[in-house]
Amino acid sequence: MSADPTQVLAFETDCHIFNGCGFPAPGLHSFLFKPLWGDGDSNLYFNKTMLLALLGSIVIVGFFWVAFRKPKVVPGKFQMVGEAAYDFVRRGIVYETIGKREGEKYVPFMVSLFFFVWMMNLWSIIPVAQFPVTAIISYPLVLALIVWFTWIILTFKRHGFVGFFKNVTGYDPTIGPVLPLSMTIEFFSNILVRPFTHAVRLFANMFAGHTLLLLFTIASWYLLNGIGIAYAGVSFVMVLLMTAFELFIQAVQAYVFVLLACSYVQGALAEHH
Amino acid sequence: MNPLVQIAAESENPLLPPIPEIVIGLIAFVIVFGLLGKKLLPNINKVLEERREAIEGGIEKAEAAQTEAQSVLEQYKAQLAEARHEAARLRQEAQEQGATLIAEMRAEGQRQREEIVAAGHAQIEADRKAAASALRQDVGKLATELAGKLVGESLEDHSRQSRVIDRFLDELEEKAEAAR
Repeated sequence: MSADPTQVLAFETDCHIFNGCGFPAPGLHSFLFKPLWGDGDSNLYFNKTMLLALLGSIVIVGFFWVAFRKPKVVPGKFQMVGEAAYDFVRRGIVYETIGKREGEKYVPFMVSLFFFVWMMNLWSIIPVAQFPVTAIISYPLVLALIVWFTWIILTFKRHGFVGFFKNVTGYDPTIGPVLPLSMTIEFFSNILVRPFTHAVRLFANMFAGHTLLLLFTIASWYLLNGIGIAYAGVSFVMVLLMTAFELFIQAVQAYVFVLLACSYVQGALAEHH
Repeated sequence: MNPLVQIAAESENPLLPPIPEIVIGLIAFVIVFGLLGKKLLPNINKVLEERREAIEGGIEKAEAAQTEAQSVLEQYKAQLAEARHEAARLRQEAQEQGATLIAEMRAEGQRQREEIVAAGHAQIEADRKAAASALRQDVGKLATELAGKLVGESLEDHSRQSRVIDRFLDELEEKAEAAR
C-alpha cells in the first residue's frame, strides 16, 4: 500500500509546484485511516479517530476530575474554571431553553454532551492529532441518536401514545384539508430528518473545516518552490486564519448541537398545542 | 461478496457510518456521561448548594443579629422608661410619706402639748385645793387661837383689842415668812 494517498502527509512527499508534480488535493481519502490495530476489512479494528475519541473522553473526565473531585466552597483555580464551564451550559443553554425547574434533570447529560462534542471538535487543531473526530459521521450520529431516543421516550412518557402521535405529526384539525399532508411532512421531519440533520450539521461543519485546513496546509507546502513561495506565504496566513476560525466554529457547533438537543427535550416536555 | 467487506467498502462514503466507530463513540460518551453525571457534577452541585446556603446563611445571620439588636434596644428603652417612671413614683411616694409624717408629728406635738398643759392645770388645781384646805385648817386654828387669846386677855378697850389683832397678824406674817 505504498501508493495509498490516505496515509501520506503532505510534507512527506517531495511534491512541489514546477517539479512536474500535480497538486495533492485533499479529498475523501483524507478522512480514512489505516487501522492502528486489526483489519480494516473486518469490523474489528482500532484507528486514529477511535484513539482520539477515547483520549478525548479521558481529557474531559480528567479535567472535571481535577476540578470537581474534591470541590470546596471556596474554589481553587481548576474548580473556578470548571464551575464557569459548567455554569455556561447549565444557565446559558439548559435553563434558557427548558427552564430551571424541568431542565435541572437534564443538566448532567447536556453538560457531558457539550464538552464531549467540543473536545472531539478541538482535536482538529491540536497538534499531532489534528483531526476532528466529529468529521467521521459515526460520532455525531451516535450522539444525535441518543438525543433522538431521549426525545421519543420523553414524549411518550409525557403525552402517552396518542399524545405522542399528535406531537410528532403536529396534529392540528383547524388547518383543514391539508392536514394529512402536513402530518406526513411533520412526521418525516421529526422522526427521520431530525436525527439526520442534527448529526450532519455537526459532521459537515467539521468535515468542511478540516478540508479547508488541509487545503491551505497542503498548498503552503506544495507552493514552496520558485515564485510560488510568495503564494505559499499567503496560503500559510490562511492556515493561521482558518485555524482561528475553526477554533470559533468548534465551540459554536458544540453549542448549537446542545442547544438543539435542549430544544428537542423542551418540545417533548411542552404541553401539546 | 463478504458483507463485512462490503460495509468496509461502503464506508468510503463519508455519510455511511462505520459501525466500530459508532461503538467506540458510544463508549467514549458513556465514559464521560457516566463519570460526570454520577459523580463529578453531583459533587459540584452539592458544593454550589453549600456555597449558596453559606451566603444566604450569612445574610440570615446578619438579619437575625440586627433584629436582636433592635429588640435589645427596645427592651433597653422600655426598661429605661420604666425606671424613670418608677423613680418618679418613688419620689412622689416619698413626698407624700414625708407630708403625712410631718402632719402626724404635728398632731402628736399638739396632743403632747395639750397633755402637758392639762397636766399643769390639774397640778395647779390640786395645789390650789391643797393650799385652800391647809389655809382653811390654819385659819380655823388661828381663829381658835385668836379667840382664845381674845378671851384670855381682858377685852378692856378697843386699843388693846386692836393691839392684840395686830400682834396676831404680825405673828401670822412671821410664820408665813418662816414657812417660805
